Amino acid sequence: MEWDWAFVWQILPQLGQGVIITIEATVMGTIVAMVLGLVLAIARRSSNKAVARPVGFFSDFVRGTPLLVQLYFLFYILPDVGILLPPLVAGVIGLGVHYATYTAEVYRTGIDNIARGQWEAAKAVNLDTRQTWVHIIIPQAIPPMIPALANYFVAMFKETPLLAAITVMELMGQARSLANYNYKYAEPMTLVGVFFLAVSIPSVIGLRYLERRYSRRER
Amino acid sequence: MEQWWGYLGLIAQGAVVTAQITLLGCALALAAAFVAGLGRISKYWPLRWLATAYIEFFRGTSIFVQLFWAYFVLPLLGVPLTPLQAGVLALGLNVGAYGAEVVRGAIQSVPREQYEACKALNLTRLQELRYIIMPQAFVLMLPTFGNNAIELLKGTAVVSLISLSDLTFQAQVVRAQTGSTAVPFLTIMAVYFFYSTVISSAIRGLERRLSRGLDVTKA
Repeated sequence: MEWDWAFVWQILPQLGQGVIITIEATVMGTIVAMVLGLVLAIARRSSNKAVARPVGFFSDFVRGTPLLVQLYFLFYILPDVGILLPPLVAGVIGLGVHYATYTAEVYRTGIDNIARGQWEAAKAVNLDTRQTWVHIIIPQAIPPMIPALANYFVAMFKETPLLAAITVMELMGQARSLANYNYKYAEPMTLVGVFFLAVSIPSVIGLRYLERRYSRRER
Repeated sequence: MEQWWGYLGLIAQGAVVTAQITLLGCALALAAAFVAGLGRISKYWPLRWLATAYIEFFRGTSIFVQLFWAYFVLPLLGVPLTPLQAGVLALGLNVGAYGAEVVRGAIQSVPREQYEACKALNLTRLQELRYIIMPQAFVLMLPTFGNNAIELLKGTAVVSLISLSDLTFQAQVVRAQTGSTAVPFLTIMAVYFFYSTVISSAIRGLERRLSRGLDVTKA
């Protein structure tokens, strides 16, 4: 096999466009997952069983089925019910909802891990509900959540190539189309791999730093 | 009505293929996890280095990229693979890399006194691992292994993109022939969900069995 450098230089600009879409999808998916995850976490903690049960089942179902199938489902079903979305938006919704079920668990354990004494102390010094959350619970709950959340966002980034299957021209989509068009697979596929490594190795180092900084050491 | 039976047959065939890939992939992942996990804590630096390279490489690039690389680029390097081989190889090695960190973590979390006791009893390193450390560490690995197996199951959906006729592939076939999206996709999601429920309850059962007689502190 010959490694063709000229071909590499020729396809780089187009792959670069794909990288931009990949980053857009990751950032938007992260925002959806962070916000929706909080909603799911609160709904699952609800004392109303008619809310908590279906939300719990929905989360387990989403986590037990493949993201790719969920993406297809969104991509094909939404037009059937009259909602026309660009593929990227459908992809972001898919990524966001899938990872929201994971972030919801992070939020839930983060909040459950606050010692009961903190709630009681807040009540004892006569703080109202808002003050308790804003000044007591959230400031303590957030730091231990940060490494776990970051971990899922790196995982999401690594799953964005799935969006190529629903015609989003992110990095993998561009690489596949270049490979099929030129009938040369080695260079585009390898470059995609190199790009993912180039992003995820620093992010692993970053994650370790976050863990050292924010995790409560229990052992 | 007769037609529906035919389509259901397709889905059933897909369910068998998905189960096959999952089982083969899990077997490879388990082997890779132990080899690389033990390699990570070996006395010999080349082994440590190799295991670390394997783990970081496979965790750093996405499963989708690895699958395409295995299917399209390895043949160019003189390793032609069938779709099934490429799928099992990519999934097994990918999930094995995550499993390796679980193996390492579990072995290292066995208390130091256990190692000291082995030394006091003059056990060889192999005896120590086989009779003392592993039985304790393996129980600790199980819950995360269960999650990894479910991730692998979900990962199998991507093999449909290299023309392997798994559940996702068959759902696409049914969709193309009937024009209906909701029915085939909801059906296969139910099958995936059933599989992941089976995996998690099997792991829970195994955990109960193996932790009998052990002094395991449950997290």
